[in-house]
Amino acid sequence: MSRMQRREFLNLTALAAGAALLTSRVAFAHAGERKSRLVVVILRGALDGLAAVPPYGDPDYAQLRREVALHAPGEAGGALPLNGFFGLHPSLLFMQQCYQAKELTVLHALASPYRERSHFDGQDVLENGSPQAHSLQTGWLNRALAAAPLPGAREAGVALGQNVPLLMRGPAAVTSWSPSKLTALDEDTLARITDLYSGDTLLSVRLADALAADAIAAEQGGNGAAMMSTASGARAAPANNARYAEIVRAAAGFLRQDDGPKVAVFDTTGWDTHANEGGAQGQLAGRLTALDSGLATLKQELGPAWSETAVLLVTEFGRTAAINGTRGTDHGTATAAFLIGGAVAGGRVIAEWPGLSARALYQGRDLAPTLDLRAVLKGLLADHLSVPSRALEDSVFPGSSAAKPLHGLLHG
Amino acid sequence: MQQALTSAIAANRFGLGARPGELASIGGDARDWLLAQLKGGPPALADTSLRSSQQILASALDLRREIQAAKKAADEGAQNGVLQKIPQLLKPIYVSEVTARLSAAVASERPFVERLTQFWANHFAVSIDKQFLAGLAGSFEREAIRPHVLGNFTDLLLAVESHPAMLLYLDNHLSVGPHSQLAERVERFQTERKIGINENLAREILELHTLGVGGGYTQTDVTTFAEVITGWSIGGEGGRFASGEPGTFVFRPELHEPGSKVVLGRSYADEGFGQGVAVLRDLARQRSTAHFIATKLARHFIADEPPPALVEHVADVFAHSGGDLPRVYRALIESREAWAQPLAKYKTPSDYIISSFRGLAVEPEGHAPLLPFELLGQRTWQPGSPAGWPDRSADWDGASALIKRIQWADAVGERLGSQRDAAELAPQLLGANLSDATRTAVSRAASAAQALTLLLAAPEFMRR
Repeated sequence: MSRMQRREFLNLTALAAGAALLTSRVAFAHAGERKSRLVVVILRGALDGLAAVPPYGDPDYAQLRREVALHAPGEAGGALPLNGFFGLHPSLLFMQQCYQAKELTVLHALASPYRERSHFDGQDVLENGSPQAHSLQTGWLNRALAAAPLPGAREAGVALGQNVPLLMRGPAAVTSWSPSKLTALDEDTLARITDLYSGDTLLSVRLADALAADAIAAEQGGNGAAMMSTASGARAAPANNARYAEIVRAAAGFLRQDDGPKVAVFDTTGWDTHANEGGAQGQLAGRLTALDSGLATLKQELGPAWSETAVLLVTEFGRTAAINGTRGTDHGTATAAFLIGGAVAGGRVIAEWPGLSARALYQGRDLAPTLDLRAVLKGLLADHLSVPSRALEDSVFPGSSAAKPLHGLLHG
Repeated sequence: MQQALTSAIAANRFGLGARPGELASIGGDARDWLLAQLKGGPPALADTSLRSSQQILASALDLRREIQAAKKAADEGAQNGVLQKIPQLLKPIYVSEVTARLSAAVASERPFVERLTQFWANHFAVSIDKQFLAGLAGSFEREAIRPHVLGNFTDLLLAVESHPAMLLYLDNHLSVGPHSQLAERVERFQTERKIGINENLAREILELHTLGVGGGYTQTDVTTFAEVITGWSIGGEGGRFASGEPGTFVFRPELHEPGSKVVLGRSYADEGFGQGVAVLRDLARQRSTAHFIATKLARHFIADEPPPALVEHVADVFAHSGGDLPRVYRALIESREAWAQPLAKYKTPSDYIISSFRGLAVEPEGHAPLLPFELLGQRTWQPGSPAGWPDRSADWDGASALIKRIQWADAVGERLGSQRDAAELAPQLLGANLSDATRTAVSRAASAAQALTLLLAAPEFMRR
């Protein structure tokens, strides 16, 4: 199908499905000039905050981490400098540049309201935005988008993946997109399938969403083609580096568009480092390197839009303060999160540090939480996406009144 | 209930999708068709050339020793050469295992048993993104899961938790009791390196394999249970772990945390290996376990949010029968709810691919079987986490996932359209679930290829 044909077809599809995707685009195309973009990266598996952002200045840190403890900046295998007390893992070179450029804020000793140690419930709480696992079937980000529709977008958000994670499920129109190695359908077959789905609410909406996302991807000319070719060029089992590059290129492709979604979400995995986690080098270091270079690619691909972008990196909980018997770490509580991007008022570590002494540890084993993740999220959503505070309290983060929004995370 | 409807539900929901002729062969009572499949031992895979976990793991451990030797000798050339050898060993094993598993699923005349095998393999999930697991996931399923799916849950649990693949996947093979003989020896000579437990397997047994996350255990139970199963290890590893038959389960008394221990309020005397077995036996009998397993089975076979009364009933049967699995399955089949709502479940990509292969009677061959699973987002044995693949519609019904299914259906249509008659197949695959809209669309298609694509893309073929 040619691009023009696809566009025309998309019109029909969208209308046929009752999803007024294109009409909303027309209505909002010139309505607002605010162009804030948000990328949320979920680090599934519980990122070790004490390795990603080592508190090398804490007197108890080295003994807890023993042979995998990261040393002070300047020493062999040392951390990258942040503020004289915290450092960054030596793999996070791009992130440290961002810190120096005041485009990275590190949040530490932070936790969601979840206090048990199941990945799957922890991720559920992280995404559903309530204090209880499985109490809501929608995600806080979707509800925030529903409360503060963004101008110019056919869909409010896009999940880079085949399916939409809980975080992005809910009433606001979102889509998912992932590169396809398969051939696009011819117009006639697509029209017949659209017709066949007309009586099926779920499938008709999903098909319309998919075609809208494909159209955005196809519209991008040179860059869009690059996004596709990277995808199809990556053969079986792409390394983490290639996988991140593929995803962030696609994310940037959507976010660059004036009429595209302004919020993108994707997942990363492999953070569950129970054994042989490594220190300055090793398993976790490799994963952090891939993440760091993915972020660098994201900045590059976003171009000028980077200045309007905030990227949030969050994980479900942290890991034990001490290493375990297999040179790894088990499930813990508080951890670190990151806000990065041109829109971020960075160059700061925000942490009310509880210390790592035996007495200070949560239940005698984990970094104690002193910052509620929801305070950060509320500040971010209010200041970056103009989500009304009423909605933040009522629908986005129910039961969170104790967590006051943390303002000032972004440039005025 | 209409006979045609029950047979369509039996073949698509409890089975793996109808093969041509299957619906007609189901006969008068679809329940009987399912129950008959539970009789006799579980079928083994047809491919008898597949190697055992022991053989595979022993070879992999040999290669790892070669790598370590090359590292020690600081011989970079040799190192790079040997590093390649592990994937060279494991990848072809993975391909053969996936092919054998898919062939069984596609050809089986007891598809309910194949689905149950897949269900349990996902309940006790391992993932090939961990070292060696690409080579072991298939043999793990053949050795620890498949032989027990028509047996007792306790036997299944014991086979799984003592299998080298699970011990490796959840890091238990190197977990050491803090007061074990080994730890005490190390303490005397070494101060820097810490030695102790790894609680990964213990936690996931409680959370994912038995009680479930709200099942009434504490962090102390997790830690203590981890101590209970210290010593559950694998033979033929390096250094201190070299002894024992390479690639098999080995209990290492010198790693085991000594003493009696309290788990879930009950005290267990120290019998070495027997202590862990005793805890597992009790876990299998906990009411939380019955409830958790019943919930997962009902979610898999009946609805994303299964009716609580049904879950309680199935849990009762599980508890009263002491985990007799065929009786539990029978309770599901005999429930009214199982037959009340056709097409309540959205197919996973794996369901979708297997039902397509079955419906079109395609023989999986060579490397081809891997590709559709990769394209549609569900690589076999790679759920990426010990929780396994999720089992609700919202986890699989994304826009991008749907368009890929349709594109794949289109490619299948192109390839097989000229050899299959979609209009004739439609009622054979979908039976009473076949809608007028699909029947009409298939019969009016512009080509045989398009007709087949429309059949595979039909809303009722997306669900089971």
